[in-house]
Amino acid sequence: MSALVQLVDVTKGYTDAPALHPTNLSIERGKTTVLIGPSGCGKSTLLRIIIRLIAPDSGTIDFDGSQITPANIEILRRRIGYVIQEGGLFPHLTAHANILLMARHLEKSDKEMRTRLSELCELTRFPENLLARYPLELSGGQRQRVSLMRALMLSPELLLLDEPLGALDPLVRASLQKDLKEIFARLRQTALLVTHDLAEAAYFGDEIVLMNEGRVVQQGSITDLRERPANPFVSEFINAQRSVALA
Amino acid sequence: MKSFVRLTLVLLFFSATLCFAANPVLIGSKKFTESYVLGEIAKRTLNETGIPAEHRQGMGGTIILWEALRGGQIDVYPEYTGTIAQEILRTERQLSVQEIRDALTKFGVGMTEPLGFNNTYALVMRRNEAQRLGIRTIGDLGKHPELKIGLTHEFLDRRDGWQPLRQRYSLPQLNIVGIDHALGYAALAKGSIDVKDAYSTDAKIAENDLVALADSFDFFPKYDAVFLFRTSLRDDAIAALHGLAGTLDEARMVRLNAEAERTKNYTKAANLYFQNAAGSTTLTGDESFWQKLARWTLRHLELAGFSLLLSIVTGIPLGIFASRGGATGNMILGFAGVMQTVPSLALLALLVPLPFFGISVRTAIAALFLYGLLPIVRNTASGLQDIPRSLRESAIALGLTPAARLWRIYLPMASRSILSGIKTSAVINIGTATLAALIGAGGYGEPILSGLNLNDHVTILEGAVPAALLALIVQWSFDLLDRILIPKGLRL
Repeated sequence: MSALVQLVDVTKGYTDAPALHPTNLSIERGKTTVLIGPSGCGKSTLLRIIIRLIAPDSGTIDFDGSQITPANIEILRRRIGYVIQEGGLFPHLTAHANILLMARHLEKSDKEMRTRLSELCELTRFPENLLARYPLELSGGQRQRVSLMRALMLSPELLLLDEPLGALDPLVRASLQKDLKEIFARLRQTALLVTHDLAEAAYFGDEIVLMNEGRVVQQGSITDLRERPANPFVSEFINAQRSVALA
Repeated sequence: MKSFVRLTLVLLFFSATLCFAANPVLIGSKKFTESYVLGEIAKRTLNETGIPAEHRQGMGGTIILWEALRGGQIDVYPEYTGTIAQEILRTERQLSVQEIRDALTKFGVGMTEPLGFNNTYALVMRRNEAQRLGIRTIGDLGKHPELKIGLTHEFLDRRDGWQPLRQRYSLPQLNIVGIDHALGYAALAKGSIDVKDAYSTDAKIAENDLVALADSFDFFPKYDAVFLFRTSLRDDAIAALHGLAGTLDEARMVRLNAEAERTKNYTKAANLYFQNAAGSTTLTGDESFWQKLARWTLRHLELAGFSLLLSIVTGIPLGIFASRGGATGNMILGFAGVMQTVPSLALLALLVPLPFFGISVRTAIAALFLYGLLPIVRNTASGLQDIPRSLRESAIALGLTPAARLWRIYLPMASRSILSGIKTSAVINIGTATLAALIGAGGYGEPILSGLNLNDHVTILEGAVPAALLALIVQWSFDLLDRILIPKGLRL
């Protein structure tokens, strides 16, 4: 089975985001791919290029067999979910309205939306009675669950998560990590997750892509990275994070 | 078929009556008591002949009235032969009435015979002061360079005004201040100035015990009062105006002016003319204060409301463009900014000579619209620019179309800022709309202006207090509107 997303020789010069040297990457269906690396390594740029918040300078990106272009991206975005660090919820809309925003825009039936919404609440363990609240009336963890529901509302083939747990305190983060992993498994969700935390990468990643200075340094399982580092930077990165965790 | 014909006839009848009713003879007047009174006299004269007429009171100075007459925004206004020669025909020569009439023909303007009085310029002083210093003629002022002189702005600039007068009489005075005509009388009475320019028929001369200094060199030309009218005016109206010639002598005009200043009512003063002239005692229906207040309020709301609506309808889209930055964005913000730095009075004056505008409510609304633009454009732009990038990107990433992003996300998020811009515009507009009265557009500025003219504080307050109250009410209603229009999630 072919990859869901295929990046071929994608580049981006340094203008409004860290630069990207010619990069190739495939995101396999049903798997969680994790992009990891130090800040400024280009991992976020790569993720944002896929949903075309940043236009690449050159190279091609295929989604489900067809090339992403400025003309078709608006339609393709509806097949991609996007979750960012602070949730990106619109403050003037209730949790409920945030989640249904796109479905309403596409004029889905009320019944369909209601059914999907209770499924999602159950899936993300979000109490339905909080749906009427505005983002500012929710805790950080609750906001991320709402953001996840919004991203999953249209059952996207690909879920992009940019440091989704980065702003949460450790306890909330741990419980959300666990839930997120369960959700990915239950949905057999294809996901691309950006993090700078190796433990999180190891916990989620079927496939880990380590980046540095705009290049993919090594791609593989956590065991591959640990035991067969492609170069000294890989061991250095892994050991540095480990010693921080121990200290 | 029959009913169709009948319908057409009814429509024709209505449109004919509408045309007739919508085209009364428009009379203008300058911003001083005598001109107001003459305007009222012309209005009643026409009305009594069965010709509908409207009086746009106190529209401004000579140039504004003349341009309005030529442009067809008004049909009639009272003028003085000296002013016509000096300011309109721009000649140094003393022209005869016939010469003036001939010269005006090419502008499509006609002139009545003199009404019967010569309202020339004069310099006036307090009588006791003049006697104490032994000043009888304008030339005598040369012996007292310490005297403070307060002159109207028009007199300071006129070709038959202060500069040539000073040269003619070799006056040494340098201590000159520019002051409004009515305020000048108050300043003269209080002693903050010693000499001012006046019209020889001003009621204040007798009232305040002032003396007019003799013009021994015959410097001031003759200022015989006449009516100017458009030659295209209907014949019966022209005939009625001609009928006024020679019916008003100097003493009578002084009395009418005094009556106007005493009663604060130009219509009443004008009625006095008719009582004596025709022996008729029928007074035209006097408007009560509340009727006037209602009229001013309606007009004020119309001026401020329409202009605000225009500012909103164009300001928000311009603000959206401006929020995108770049050369166009900066140009839009720059334009709106410049508009607001132009003094409101100057903006009005600049619009008046333009073809579509002239002396009209339109002009006032256009000026207010331009004035109210900046707060709305700026607040819309900054409200949109303040939306965090992460939220803009979230909206894009969701797959919303650009229009949906704007309507469902960006504008609601910027609503607080946009509404506060609209509120600022509304309050500014209500204040600035008082100036609309200067070009005869009415509103609360009307009593303020005539109060200034009569130096009557009560009349000024009749306009100033409601204007302030209206601004407060608008402010409160917007605070209320905030609660309805700003999404609850943004008010937490």
